[in-house]
Parts: sequence; C-alpha cells; structure tokens
Amino acid sequence: MALNNHPLARVVITGVGLTAPNANNLNDFREALLSQKSGLTEMEVRYMGKLAAGNCNFNEELYQKKKMRRRGTRAGSISIYCAHEALKNSGLSLDLLDKDRIGIYLGITEHGNVETENEIYELHQHNLDTGFWSHHHNPRTVANTPAGEVSLNLGITGPAYTIGAACAAGNIGIIHGMQMLQMGEVDLVLAGGVSECTGTFGIFAGFKSQGALGFHEDCTKACRPLDVNRNGIVVAEGGAIFVLERLADAEKRGAKIYGEIAGYHINSDAVDFVLPDTKRQIECMKAALAKAKITPEDVDIVNLHATGTKSGDENECEAVRAVFGASDNTYINCTKGFIGHAMGAAGALELAGNLPSFTDNKIHSCKIIENIDPECAMKNLVNGAPVEKEVSILLNNSFGMLGINSVLIVKKYIK
Amino acid sequence: MDYQAIRQKIIDIIAEIAIDEDLSNIDDDVRLRDQLDLDSMDFLDIVMELKKRYKIEVPQDDYPKLATIKSCIEYLGPKFA
Repeated sequence: MALNNHPLARVVITGVGLTAPNANNLNDFREALLSQKSGLTEMEVRYMGKLAAGNCNFNEELYQKKKMRRRGTRAGSISIYCAHEALKNSGLSLDLLDKDRIGIYLGITEHGNVETENEIYELHQHNLDTGFWSHHHNPRTVANTPAGEVSLNLGITGPAYTIGAACAAGNIGIIHGMQMLQMGEVDLVLAGGVSECTGTFGIFAGFKSQGALGFHEDCTKACRPLDVNRNGIVVAEGGAIFVLERLADAEKRGAKIYGEIAGYHINSDAVDFVLPDTKRQIECMKAALAKAKITPEDVDIVNLHATGTKSGDENECEAVRAVFGASDNTYINCTKGFIGHAMGAAGALELAGNLPSFTDNKIHSCKIIENIDPECAMKNLVNGAPVEKEVSILLNNSFGMLGINSVLIVKKYIK
Repeated sequence: MDYQAIRQKIIDIIAEIAIDEDLSNIDDDVRLRDQLDLDSMDFLDIVMELKKRYKIEVPQDDYPKLATIKSCIEYLGPKFA
C-alpha cells in the first residue's frame, strides 16, 4: 500500500447529517429508535393507490433555493440537507477549508427512475410528442446527480460522485470515503447514502410483482423484519451523510469523534439477481472482522440488513448465527421496522442510528417483533426495551440485489 | 390581446421559473438576464412553458427575441393573437 502518503491512516467519523422518515437529525433519530417511533405512513402511489411508505419531512428550503430544488432532484435535495447538517454537526466551517480537497461519495441504489417516470407521464399528457421531453431530463438522471448537486450547492470542487451498489450502497459510500482519505486523495470526506425511492411507482410495483411488497392495515406495521407474519419490503426515502477525517486531522482540531472505522468488507454472491446467499454473507462478515483484527466476541452490536422478506431475513439470520452464535457479548438489532427500507440510504442511516450507543451505552431494539420467525430466532436479539450495555464495537450489515454484500465495523474512539 | 395581458402571461411563466425572485419591479426594456438570476436552462424552461401552455413554438434562432419583456411581447404578441 505504498501508493500514497497516508498508508492505512485511521479514519474517524466527526459529523452526522441525516433525514429519516421518523427524524431529521441524529438526536431525534436516536430518540425515535429508543422509543419505538415509527416513520411509516400511507401514501398515494401513481397507478397503485395507497401504500405504506417511509417519507421524510425535512425543510427542503433550509439550504436550497426553490429554483435549484425545482431544477434538481429529490435525491439531490436530501443530499444537500444531509451534507449541510453533517458539516454543521462537525463544527467545521466550509469557508476555512480547501474545497479542492473535499470528496463527496454517496451510495445509491438507483437514480433517475423518478424523473424518467415523471417525463413519461408528461409525454402521455402530450400525445407522445417528444418535443415536450424536458431538457432537465439528462442532468437530473445522470448517476452522479445527488453528489453533483451537493458540489454545486456547497461550491465543493473536489471529487463528487455516487456509488451504485443496490441496498449495500450506504455502507459502501462510507468505505469508499475512508479509502480515499487513506490514499491521500482528499483531506475531508462527505460520505454516506441517499434514496428518493418513494417518488417512483416502479420500485413499489417491482416489489409487488416479486411478491415482496410489505403491507398491513396499520401502515406502521407494514414492515416487520424477522416476524413470521411479515410480507415484504416497505419502500422509504432518506439519507445519511457523515463527515470523515483522518484521525490525526480530527485530533489536531479537537473534533468530536463519533467513532472510528475499524473494519469493512465487500464481496459478491455471484449466484442470483435477487436472492441472497448465506455463504457469502458469512465470508463477508468474517473478512470484515479479520480486517478489524477482532473476534466475534468483541462485537457488541450487529445491525441486520433485515428487510422484511422471508428469504432475506432467514438467510441473514443463518449467516449471523454462523458467525456470532457462540458470542455471548453480541446483541442483534435491526432498523427497517421503524423507517422501512431506505435503499441506498439504509446502511448509512442504520449506522447512524447505532452510533450513539458508544456514548449512551444503550442498544436500541428492533421494532417490536410480535411473532418471531423460528428461523430468525437468535440469542441476544433485542426485542423490547433497549439493552443497557457498554458498547465498544458495532457491525453493520447491508446487502443488495445482484448479490452485493457490505459489512462495516465501527468502534468507539478512545483517546 | 393588449400589451398588459401578454405581459402578464409572460410574467406568470417567469414567476414559476425564477421562483425565488421578486418580479414586481421588472424593467421591460432591460435584458431579463441582467435583472434576474436566469441562465440558459431557465430560458429553455420559458420556451417549454410557452409550448405547453399556449402551443407557441419558439425556434432556436428566435431565442434572442426573448431577451427583454418588451421584445418578448413584440415577438410573441402576434403568436398569442
């Protein structure tokens, strides 16, 4: 690794900005997860009627002019909000930073469906005359748009792009940001994941056709990971962006340090477009532990990907039991019951939801699971009141379609 | 259609595009770009709205005729008729 000036520099999280269906900042998000607050509501989805979904309600105009919101995308707007909040939270002043040396790396599951669907809808209102197709279509749908909108909004002139990695993308944005810091490509990173998925009927319809769209007459119960009565995914939007710095830089400026990235791994199943693969998930978790130079017993929290589909939940639980089954120290939780599946944002939001454990020494529960699927039964599954426990290391699973797996390990920073 | 009526139609379109701006003191003789934060994408938006709302096609060669409110009215007036 002699490619760079900063071989294997330690990288820390020094700022968090987020919007989730149940909160618009880290403190409120943590409180929502500790108090079982659901963010799921019913929304009207084009062509499909009312469906359970997770929508955010942050103020789009706080950091963005109306004109630029109109010109851009919802994913861009979410990213701009999260980036501003993260920088504010870090205590850094953008005016004092070298904007060429800041990188923006955002994980996305997909981008462009919302705008394309809207344009096709408009086209049908105009007798399929493509003369009405918007000149905004291409800039709104290029895959780097969410990161590019942040760059334009903040005047950041370093690298700004997205990383497409299905629902593993939130973790991978952070991993990539860490690597860029370690390579010395940039000095400060805004990294995480975003999703505007509730704006596209196609994602809802796709899951429905797959028999994997979650529903319940009480929409707050539509997403029930690990519950034997679950029936699928609840689509959500959201975003979480972290400020990452090399430890030495963070210490020098006396930054508040939320945690240190201790290990990670990314691999691929190479077996199926949609179905998960337990074997590769196990390998991914084990490789991440090896990189962090820790054992399963060292991990205090495993946050499951657990989307609320039968095969996804059961495969992952089997994988987690295989790795952590002998560890009495490790507690297991999951987040999607509260906020649904925020796709590219999921991994980043779920990490954010657990980060405060390093300071409040609590482990948030899953959204209460009424009837645990026997295939998902696990020792130390947190299902009820938060567990009071000193937390030093957490491991975050995020897996995605086309068989991409990502595992991120973050540890408490101790001077 | 009189000057004011056409002017209002144009202002209504600009109001939707230059959404953050105060349009109450627009000078009809001054280039729109010199008094509002408008760029080339915004002008394409104006052209698109004219097509959507009034079925008025503005060929690319005629875009300079949309420079001021006054030139807009002179150019678009006969097309509204």
